[in-house]
Amino acid sequence: MYVAVKGGERAIANAHRMLADKRRGDRAVDEIGVDQIREQLALAVDRVMSEGSLYDRDLAALAIKQARGDLIEAIFLVRAYRTTLPRFGFSEPLETADMLISRRISATYKDLPGGQILGPTFDYTHRLLDFALAAESETMPPATSPVDPAETMTRVTDIIAGEDLIENNPQPADGQPVGDLTRDPLAFPADRDLRLQNLARGDEGFLLALGYSTQRGYGRNHPFVGEIRVGEVEVEMLIPDLGFAAPLGVIAVTECQMVNQFKGSKTEPPRFTRGYGLGFGHCERKAMSMALVDRALRAQEFGEERKGPAQDEEFVLSHSDNVQATGFVEHLKLPHYVDFQAETSMLRLMRAANARQAGLPPAEAAE
Amino acid sequence: MAAFARARTSELAEPVARLWPDLAARDLRAPEIGLVMLRGRIGGDGAAFNLGEATVTRAVVEIKGGYRGYGQRLGREPATARLAAVADALWQNEQERARVEAEIVTPVTRRLAAESLQAKSEAAATKVDFFTLVRGESEP
Repeated sequence: MYVAVKGGERAIANAHRMLADKRRGDRAVDEIGVDQIREQLALAVDRVMSEGSLYDRDLAALAIKQARGDLIEAIFLVRAYRTTLPRFGFSEPLETADMLISRRISATYKDLPGGQILGPTFDYTHRLLDFALAAESETMPPATSPVDPAETMTRVTDIIAGEDLIENNPQPADGQPVGDLTRDPLAFPADRDLRLQNLARGDEGFLLALGYSTQRGYGRNHPFVGEIRVGEVEVEMLIPDLGFAAPLGVIAVTECQMVNQFKGSKTEPPRFTRGYGLGFGHCERKAMSMALVDRALRAQEFGEERKGPAQDEEFVLSHSDNVQATGFVEHLKLPHYVDFQAETSMLRLMRAANARQAGLPPAEAAE
Repeated sequence: MAAFARARTSELAEPVARLWPDLAARDLRAPEIGLVMLRGRIGGDGAAFNLGEATVTRAVVEIKGGYRGYGQRLGREPATARLAAVADALWQNEQERARVEAEIVTPVTRRLAAESLQAKSEAAATKVDFFTLVRGESEP
């Protein structure tokens, strides 16, 4: 229970002024620009866009600056901003098969059409601090190699599907609306479209831990990284006046196709099953975690025993949103003076009653 | 429209100001910033799901002759979205189309193709060349 308390305006105003001062830090150091955050802290920007559920690099960079680098606070700011804008419509589904690829790897095939493209990766670095970066440095431009225009990068899952060794993805049903949890509150059981939307904006740390838990035995599903691909895809939106979908530009995304152990039945031959991850920007760890959890949440569909938290739809989907989570956890900071006073009185009454039963004189509790 | 959506502001503003200085474009829909819900596909090729939103700016203009142009671009650049609508309206006019193609569409398309080739070349340089080690026990 909360009680309206007046006062504190001056303290609040000065606290915010102090926050602005701390945000700026030592004035002898150059102020960081939003463009510097956008360009040089690009993976933080990507995370804020993914979990803020809003693709706009400049807004995410501004939010990171305003939040002093607190990414969950920045995500909160982005979520709040999006509520101020009207929604014009929906894009056509993104075609990740047509991606302009900057990174593409597979753990299931060594040789595959298009090859293993490492792209800008932390993999194979030695994780030694590079003190050269502490000084101003000249960075070399990236190396280039000739491109074979005839070479295509078929999705790995399409290669496996070509042999009918992997389940087919669910195809759109006529007239079936696409679930949208920004419009309708989440209800259980949730369909896979809603689950994927929830996971796509879910907290990376939470999904990473859940994905990890499935590997450690809490809902094991034997995953292989069929493919991770990072790059740019085109966005098209239907213009009702024109009656066709017009291009809007390109966005960067990361896709993870997890290939999991097989399922079959009396009528169907055994096939590999799938877990799917997709997120804004370069967000490999998030996309992989999402794919692991997506597959874990399909336990019921495959008749698997549900014994791990990652397989519990209500648990996962209700706790994945870090804005919701931080709101409820941090609300404990708000005044609970009356609740606490009530509990304190209750405690004193209980102790007095106990003392009477034991025939002791009432304790001289400090009032 | 793809070229207008991806043109830099200068790639629209400069030719429009140079070639059509007296163009009186009327706003049918003033530039407006909003959201588009981006959709993915389950498993990459299945039914759609809502991935998350993106900012988008749209504008509709009409020029002399009643030609209507639609501009819509990701991001929050009202003036540029309006320029995209102006370019689209000019393109609708068959008398102007060749100049729009030559002065706006072709330069933008060329730049995008060059950028795309550069990106592919950079990616190609990070492609792994596997080689198999010959095992000792095999007979020559």
